[in-house]
Amino acid sequence: MSNKEQLQNEELQQQNANFEAEYIDENVAYVADSKFKSFVKKFMKRRTAVVGFVIIVLLLILAVVGPSIAPYDPAAYNYDNMFAKPSAEHWFGTDHYGRDIFSRVCAGAPLTLGVALSSVIVGTIVGAVLGLLAGYYGGWIEMLVMRGADVLFAFPDILLAIAIVAILGPGIVNVFIAVAVFTVPSIARMMRSATLAVKSSLYVEVAHSLGCKDGRILFLHIFPGTTQTLIVNFTMRIGSAIMAASSLSFLGFGANVTDPEWGAMLSQARSYFSTAPHMLYLPGLVIFITVLAFNLFGDGLRDTLDPKIK
Amino acid sequence: MGRYFVRRLLETIPLMLIISIFVFMFIHLLPGDPAKTLAGVEATVEEVEAIREEWGLNDPLIVQYGNYMKDLLRGDMGRSLKSSTPVTELILSRFQYTIQLVLAGVLWAPALGIFIGVMCAIKRGKAFDLGGMLFAIAGLSAPGFWVGLMLIQVFAVTLGWLPSGGLDSWKSLILPSVVMGLGIMATLARYSRSSMLETLREDYVRTARAKGQKESVVMFSHAFKNSLIQVVTILGLQIGGLLSGSVITETIFSIPGMGRLLVDSIAYRDYPAIQGLLMIFSLQYVLINLLVDLLYGVINPKIRYD
Repeated sequence: MSNKEQLQNEELQQQNANFEAEYIDENVAYVADSKFKSFVKKFMKRRTAVVGFVIIVLLLILAVVGPSIAPYDPAAYNYDNMFAKPSAEHWFGTDHYGRDIFSRVCAGAPLTLGVALSSVIVGTIVGAVLGLLAGYYGGWIEMLVMRGADVLFAFPDILLAIAIVAILGPGIVNVFIAVAVFTVPSIARMMRSATLAVKSSLYVEVAHSLGCKDGRILFLHIFPGTTQTLIVNFTMRIGSAIMAASSLSFLGFGANVTDPEWGAMLSQARSYFSTAPHMLYLPGLVIFITVLAFNLFGDGLRDTLDPKIK
Repeated sequence: MGRYFVRRLLETIPLMLIISIFVFMFIHLLPGDPAKTLAGVEATVEEVEAIREEWGLNDPLIVQYGNYMKDLLRGDMGRSLKSSTPVTELILSRFQYTIQLVLAGVLWAPALGIFIGVMCAIKRGKAFDLGGMLFAIAGLSAPGFWVGLMLIQVFAVTLGWLPSGGLDSWKSLILPSVVMGLGIMATLARYSRSSMLETLREDYVRTARAKGQKESVVMFSHAFKNSLIQVVTILGLQIGGLLSGSVITETIFSIPGMGRLLVDSIAYRDYPAIQGLLMIFSLQYVLINLLVDLLYGVINPKIRYD
């Protein structure tokens, strides 16, 4: 079977599944269940994605229990043991105040991951609603949303987050806002095109002709059709969010320098790295591994959920 | 074709206008009275009034915007609060460093990225493909500020081969160019791989093989050239993204470019300088994308029928 045929087949199956989900109420649970099972089966075949997923779970556990498993008090100064090299006692050494670096990375996990996750969640919700409305209603709403996204896109990458922090001032709350706003335009754009694609399907037309109200069509008929793309993009954005938030902290616009935020720790390490290079290793490595894990997981999700993109 | 060029050019004008409104509004979006913000915390009432007068902050917003645009089009972006030099002069003195960095990244990264991507596609499913793609996703996930510091640690501090900062010779460009180019290389490797795979599935590739064309010709003339069309669109966004990468790179390597100026200006709350830099950064980005889109029109014959 050629790839095109396979794609067409998959599309047909998708349409059938949609049809069943719409009209065969008793079987909805069953259909959803088997869909999920086949998704898991496909996903498990992608080893790198599974590795990413496992790391994410471990990181989330670290974010919850991190502060309590830290072997030392992450804020305790110890002037007798400054810049200690990695050893059995201090696995990754100590910093310029003699604080244990491993403990600080554990204690910083909820801060770093929390800011990134919450800002992507908020940014995705706002972006998704704007994209849905723009795609569904068109007209001036669409123009407003898309031109707004264009303007935000004109400040490439992290520059937008920097511009927002420049307006709001430094601080971790403002980093949260900046990263949330930084997430909105790409989600809105993606969601608009996903909405346009679903809007033209037959079952939406049927819903229209049955006299369904706009709100019902949007949230019960169109939104579910876009969730796969949304989930993939949401996951992909988390990596960029962690990168953006820690870059801001590194530049000195984010977390307080005394906070164990990973980017802020690197910013501190930079001042001492010719004498104590070990201060660089762990905080940078965990940022790298975290972003990598979300990217691997996102890639796997995309390949599993959206075979067309591959 | 001509119509496409004109339409694409005209589209840029409203976009730049909206950006200029956004940048102009910047000073008004700041919490508190703009005159007080500009004058600083310790300013006396007279000083605040003088600023209000100088900046025309008593005028209606629309008049202020008109004046701002008039000045902007003449190349006047106000004076820096920190050094009282004109912002335009300040940016021009830093411009060359950022451009050098961007060029240093553009020189090697896209070519290497496309090469890796295409090779991965050709050797699909083999060890090279897996290795190449892991390398690409790692490059995409590595935080530039960390990579930069580690490179300095290894090549400047430990081995002493390369300078750790500044921009005095071509040698001092090497490490920054790695930090600048890493992301663009990784992204292009991923895009060109999937673009090449898509092209390899096309009917004309099958036809070329069926008529007994040499595999190298099929790969290069039929598949690779056509797969580039998609890659070029991404290239514009990526080169534009390099501009924001300069902020981090210049900070790590102590290079006095526009990115470093932006960071310093934000730390000093030098609002005219921030406004000017945001305007210039976005202008460059929009122009680069325009250029790439026009290039896209040249290499993609389909667009002529649009």
